[in-house]
Amino acid sequence: MSTTTHIEVRDLAMGYGDFVVQRGLDFVVNKGDIFVVMGGNGCGKTTLMRALVGLQRPLTGTVRFSGEDFWSAADEDRDQLKRRMGILFQGGALWSSLTLAENVALPLAEYTALTKAQVDEIVAFKLALVGLAGFEEFYPAELSGGMKKRAGLARAMALDPEILVIDEPSSGLDPLTARHLDELIVELRDSLGTTVVVVTHDLASILAIGDNSIFLDADTHTMIATGHPRDALQHGDPKVRHFLTRGGTA
Amino acid sequence: MDKAAWQLDARLAGADELVIALGGRWCMAATLPSPDSVAPRLAADVRRVRFDATGLTDWDTGLLSFLGSILKTCAARGIAADTTGLPPGAQRLLAMALTVPEQRVPGRNNGPTGICAQVGTALIEFVRGMPAMLAFLGEITQSLGRLATGRARFRMRDLWLEIEEVGPRALPIVSVISFLVGLILAYLGADQLKMVGAQIFIADLVAIGMVREVGALMTGIIIAGRTGASFAAQLGTMQVNEEIDAFRTLGIAPVDFLVLPRILALMLMVPLLTLYAGFIGMLAGLLVSTTIFDIGVFEYYTETLRALELKHFLVGLAKGSVYGAMIAFAGCLRGMQCGRSAAAVGHAATSAVVTAILLITIAASVMTIVFYQLGI
Repeated sequence: MSTTTHIEVRDLAMGYGDFVVQRGLDFVVNKGDIFVVMGGNGCGKTTLMRALVGLQRPLTGTVRFSGEDFWSAADEDRDQLKRRMGILFQGGALWSSLTLAENVALPLAEYTALTKAQVDEIVAFKLALVGLAGFEEFYPAELSGGMKKRAGLARAMALDPEILVIDEPSSGLDPLTARHLDELIVELRDSLGTTVVVVTHDLASILAIGDNSIFLDADTHTMIATGHPRDALQHGDPKVRHFLTRGGTA
Repeated sequence: MDKAAWQLDARLAGADELVIALGGRWCMAATLPSPDSVAPRLAADVRRVRFDATGLTDWDTGLLSFLGSILKTCAARGIAADTTGLPPGAQRLLAMALTVPEQRVPGRNNGPTGICAQVGTALIEFVRGMPAMLAFLGEITQSLGRLATGRARFRMRDLWLEIEEVGPRALPIVSVISFLVGLILAYLGADQLKMVGAQIFIADLVAIGMVREVGALMTGIIIAGRTGASFAAQLGTMQVNEEIDAFRTLGIAPVDFLVLPRILALMLMVPLLTLYAGFIGMLAGLLVSTTIFDIGVFEYYTETLRALELKHFLVGLAKGSVYGAMIAFAGCLRGMQCGRSAAAVGHAATSAVVTAILLITIAASVMTIVFYQLGI
């Protein structure tokens, strides 16, 4: 695997008003890596995700995608960068007034010059890829939680993004469905070279798919470990080992 | 943009083998060929298909969906397809997408489309909705029963919050509307009464009209739009978040906790707002009469006092209470019946307002006729 830097985060601090959630975040995500953001509840994982995808401006610091500074870019340039990312929200965040097919087709119709028939073809392909072939005409409200999540992934992948940002892929899924989703993520990375940032606290998933990781600590409000999750498990900070072994080592 | 172009070539190799050669850049950002351009080449005499992707420089889902479509056609026509000539990543993704069996999706009935069928469906749905409405009315009655015996579980704080939201905060809009309606009534009366030279009776018309009828009706319609919709949206969102189910699992009747304070708040506040609307309407009448139609302030005042009897106030208050109950009923009913999506919340709010206004208008007609017959 090549080791080109894809996402570079320098001295990032995020917060709400006077409250700093995380500070001093410094890490690099290599192209084609599955990068895991770990941490307990309320440590700022989702806030970091929102800063990466452009939903929340960080207090200080820079985020660079392939060298381009994301937050100091002009609005149009930032929109261009955003289009190179696909985001899967925790609850799927499917548009409830649109069918699954329309959900996946919307970014394609908006940003490509493909014909209606070709868009339909791609939509059917994406839905088949996540195991939802035949559900094109269903509305999100008619689906189970796991199906919504997979449909959300199909939408996130619609434009074949360079970077896929996934918030809690396995929350609310049974272990087999969660594993299937993990396999799908790995397959997408292997086949299309997608860089994946996964925000999760699912241990099985962290150890199974992570190539690199950071651990956000809720007490010190900063990151306390980086590297391959297995290394973090073996040699990391006691807090990280405590987390990765579900409290096994104190 | 030289390398932006895709290349596609299908040629026969041997008697029954078709080789599809792909080259260049196959990305969604550019325009791509339709799979139909190859489909005719998959004619009856072709038994095998092979791919040659040696010239391919770049690809994404655009290529995959094109190939997926061709592979499906091959499978349907019993043609053996050999994908080994494709990039390994593409092979794997195609395999993933195509091996997933098309799930048997429960049949989706889009419903009848003819106008008669649609009217029929709507009618059947309306009739089917009646038991739910009656059941909800029953639940509320039970809940009121529990309230009367002091066993209803809700927080007084909620009641006060609702009262504040429904009452004081509605004063500005009620003031504006009832002032303008009073003004309209005064003009309307002045024009007609001038013909018999009895313009002083503007005071009677405005006072009785506003206090008995129009005040309650206008307040009802304002509150239906303002508060009824808000009730439906609040309860609907709670339904979406499973908050109402959470009450049920705790053994707390959601009707007690959520609906009762809202109904009580409206039944208390709408009559008061009705009185207020009547007062503002009379002020408007006074203003118009004294400035435009040369009626003295004192004359107007005494005529108003003469016209207004206690029964008019009671009728207005009764109507206010009934309308308030109906608005709360419609708002809460639609909120509790809400589906589990954002669109459903919007639909619940709309439906709450429509239902409330319909109920108010029906009740207004019935009560007006009954009071007339009773001579009240």
